[in-house]
Amino acid sequence: MASILEESGFNPGAELKVVGTNPVKHDGLDKVTGRAKFGADAFLPGMLVGKILRSPHAHAIIKSIDTSKAEALPGVKSVVTRDDFPEKAAGSGPGDMTRNIMAREKALYDGHPVAAVAATSERVAKKAIKLIEVEYEILPHVIDPVEAMKPGAPILHDYIRTKGAVENEDAQTNVTERMVTQLGDADVGFEDADVIVERSFDSAPMHQGYIEPQACIADYSEDGQVEVWCCTQAPFVYRDRLSAILDIDCNKINVQQSELGGGFGGKTGFYGEPIAILLSKKASAAVKIVLSRIEVFRGTGPVSGTSYTIKMGCKKDGTITAAHANMVFQSGPYAGSMYFNAPNAMFTRYDIKNVDIVAYEVLSNRQKVASFRAPCVPQIVFGVEGVVDEMARKIEMDPIDFRMKNACEDGHTTIYGDTWGPIGFIETLKQAKESDHYKTPVKAGEGRGISTGFWFNRGGETAASLNLAPDGTVTIAIGTADVAGSRISISMMAAEELGIPVDQVRVKMADTNSLGFNRVTAGSRTTFSVGMVIVDSARKCIAELRGRAAEMWDVPEDGVIFEDGMVRPASANVGDFEPMSIADICKKTTMSHGAISGHTEMNVTGAGPGFAVNIVDVKVDENTGRTDVTRYTVIQDVGKAIHPQQVEGQIQGGAIQGVGWALNEEYIYGEDGRLQNAGFLDYRMPVASDVPMVDTIMVEVPNPAHPFGLRGVGEVPVVPTMAAVGNAIGDAIGIRPTSLPMSPSKMLDIIEQAKAEGVYKG
Amino acid sequence: MDDVRYEAPESPDAAISLLAEAGSSARVFAGGTDVMVQIHAELIDPGVIVDIKKVPGIMDISESDGAYTFGAATPGMVLMAHEGLSSTWPGIIDGVALIGSIQVKGRASIGGNVCNGSPAADSTPTMIAANAVCNIVGPNGERTAPVEDIVTGPGKTSLVDGEFILSFSLPKRPAHSGDAYLRLTPRTEMDIAVVGAGVNITLDDDGTCTAARISLGAVAPTPLLVAEAADALIGTKVDDAALTKMGEACSAACNPISDKRGTKEYRIKTAAVIARRAVEIALERAREN
Repeated sequence: MASILEESGFNPGAELKVVGTNPVKHDGLDKVTGRAKFGADAFLPGMLVGKILRSPHAHAIIKSIDTSKAEALPGVKSVVTRDDFPEKAAGSGPGDMTRNIMAREKALYDGHPVAAVAATSERVAKKAIKLIEVEYEILPHVIDPVEAMKPGAPILHDYIRTKGAVENEDAQTNVTERMVTQLGDADVGFEDADVIVERSFDSAPMHQGYIEPQACIADYSEDGQVEVWCCTQAPFVYRDRLSAILDIDCNKINVQQSELGGGFGGKTGFYGEPIAILLSKKASAAVKIVLSRIEVFRGTGPVSGTSYTIKMGCKKDGTITAAHANMVFQSGPYAGSMYFNAPNAMFTRYDIKNVDIVAYEVLSNRQKVASFRAPCVPQIVFGVEGVVDEMARKIEMDPIDFRMKNACEDGHTTIYGDTWGPIGFIETLKQAKESDHYKTPVKAGEGRGISTGFWFNRGGETAASLNLAPDGTVTIAIGTADVAGSRISISMMAAEELGIPVDQVRVKMADTNSLGFNRVTAGSRTTFSVGMVIVDSARKCIAELRGRAAEMWDVPEDGVIFEDGMVRPASANVGDFEPMSIADICKKTTMSHGAISGHTEMNVTGAGPGFAVNIVDVKVDENTGRTDVTRYTVIQDVGKAIHPQQVEGQIQGGAIQGVGWALNEEYIYGEDGRLQNAGFLDYRMPVASDVPMVDTIMVEVPNPAHPFGLRGVGEVPVVPTMAAVGNAIGDAIGIRPTSLPMSPSKMLDIIEQAKAEGVYKG
Repeated sequence: MDDVRYEAPESPDAAISLLAEAGSSARVFAGGTDVMVQIHAELIDPGVIVDIKKVPGIMDISESDGAYTFGAATPGMVLMAHEGLSSTWPGIIDGVALIGSIQVKGRASIGGNVCNGSPAADSTPTMIAANAVCNIVGPNGERTAPVEDIVTGPGKTSLVDGEFILSFSLPKRPAHSGDAYLRLTPRTEMDIAVVGAGVNITLDDDGTCTAARISLGAVAPTPLLVAEAADALIGTKVDDAALTKMGEACSAACNPISDKRGTKEYRIKTAAVIARRAVEIALERAREN
């Protein structure tokens, strides 16, 4: 049997019975009633409460830590500091990781953990951490990435040298890397241009804003086995990294993921888990750590702040001839911002022959960045699509036509080397132009913006198991997380392949002892990759079902076919046998031959890229600068929507997160380097009444590498959002903003500037 | 952080003695929507929490000859649902309606909003504009004070240890009166005012403004009563010139800080805008009755 990677079995004319419908999620009711068990919902006998002491300083040498008073407090069972963590070389992967979990030589941001206690109650634990005496030598700090690049800026690590530096390569620096990405000859491209637009942009860091704060329980047994229960997007990666920083073999760490109350990339790396393990080891009892919302803001990863310049040129007919970018990405105290995504994705969707991109990753004294939906790309597309819009305006071309003129087609070879199969970018643009939203004139006093976005979509290492019970029903064990409805989609794909109702399938998120390695749930990969693995596993079961029928009927195996959930003789010549259902065969043969199961482990390839177009209308209050988003339409190529309502929810959620990022969300630091708005009151995520209903138009250009044509859908939705809102505001007030977030006070200044320049529309 | 004691006295005297005895370590607890948040954020660490909701009258609304009195701990949703109060003082209700969510308003009260001492409290400016009077009880007996005399700085009030507000009294409304509250927030709700404006005006039969009170929130260490802004309206038909003058007086009265919620310049600029819009709403209401 050929691997699904070679033969997906995609059939564009197939009549699908389950895929494309909207069954109720199997995990839905428990979430509505409150029965679902999230990270904080596990309780073990004798469990202790862990609390973390955090640095109040953005940059300080930790001269000493005295935990004696905390240890003497009745009820305190263990205390850990940097001394309890194995030494890992500074600047190495595990070295950075362990230092971010627990500060070692220095505290590098407000909220950096410096010690932790486990106690019999939260009250005692809170009291205990206040008894820990930390002697700091406060150092000058730097948070702004452009400031951090300047000579004389406070240096976070004396060992950092800029990779790819073109000058002063031996100098101490906060710049980890200078990355150059080129295609063709940008100088020649700009010479060919009739119109050149160059603008500078910046964006503030924002947080993923998941509803569920990180929570975990660790139980370290006397014989060195570790059980961890936690909310995570990456149970296997957690296990492997816990192994790497704590020097415990992988097989002795078992990570069981809980239900996940949102992640958006922010739960791909751990925070409390290693601390809970060490506290548990010292206390000989299970330890639970639940972060508060304040800790989530002060201690976990937001996205990169950026500062960048985009320059693009086009001919009078609209052909983009060249693109240039110079970008700075803020990374927190350690490398790992995933800024390399930006050069590969920022212009990708337009067929531009000459590209020259320079990108810098810069360390600074703020929380270490973590992944967030299309990491490091949306905040750059904010600028790119602003420049694209301005070019279209300058040559007086319709903004969608301009993008269509430059849109990539099937078979395009990208700047990162991949050659695409069938893609849906042009189709999304066409449907955008045909949409009711675009055809409806902009209301008086409002502005409209268009923008587009691309995301790679990923595959990757995936392992899952599909088991047929003796009654013929199906259980599936997966090792990825369910961040947005993947369990129901996986159930549906299995049901479709096996020809059974979806209610006969249940998916369980297994622990790390039960399956082979699964890559993190990220990159819009999960429903695609697990779908591939599960369909492959179902096919293995079908082969076994056919084999058992052949044995029962005493006919050759190729005399048995499987269709519509039934095993039948391939033709009348094979014999007159009554077709058998999966349940029939399982009932008759499980006890004699053993269970029927299929499991597949593979590095899944063939993910099809995703594209989206946004159309946004806004109204900007002339006298306060407040922006209301009045209408929002997303047109996105989803390949094939397995569960259309789930896909629609993903798209709407992405757009709404983007609206928050566009309008108000930002980290605000005081002069002292402390985070000023560590809570949802002053970290202004949108509330329901801040956003209109987001209309979706799902375009289905199938990805033939997947048996049902699926493409990842999770990340594209946020990519064009802030750009679309920015373009709409620009249309409304006459000057296109260049700084995120586009908060009221900034917009009021721009309105006044537009009035002074005589370009205010209103 | 030591153990906290919870008390729910059933008379004003019992509450007063608990509060007086515990002094600064006591916290008056009505809806708890600020107190609980502050405890969780470790901003306060009270030794005793005195829940005043069992004190008789503290959640009652009464009316006598057009003058209303309501208990300081009356939840916002109860005030909003009260037909007489909300039709007589729609501006006070504007402010209450903007506090938190429905769930929060199901507990939060004006007494708590005022005594939390935030310059950005949404219910305080219209209460000041309304000439509302606090009926205060304490170790030295009963006293009254106008709402504008309560907040003395961010988180600080003029109440002495052992004192708490039992109820608020609102004067009888003359004909052609209207009040309104508007605030500026980046979000539509669940937010804290960058600028808030409470307005209360009375017109004569010809539409000339005979009385006005204008109070601003979030633009100074305390909610402000801006007499100059009111003076700009009194004696006018509240025309464009008067409104402009009123706005200028509001901006001039501002003494804000730049913080995470807005810059000083932005607050000064928008105070005039929000006050003007609030006056326009109050004016419309005044003309309707």
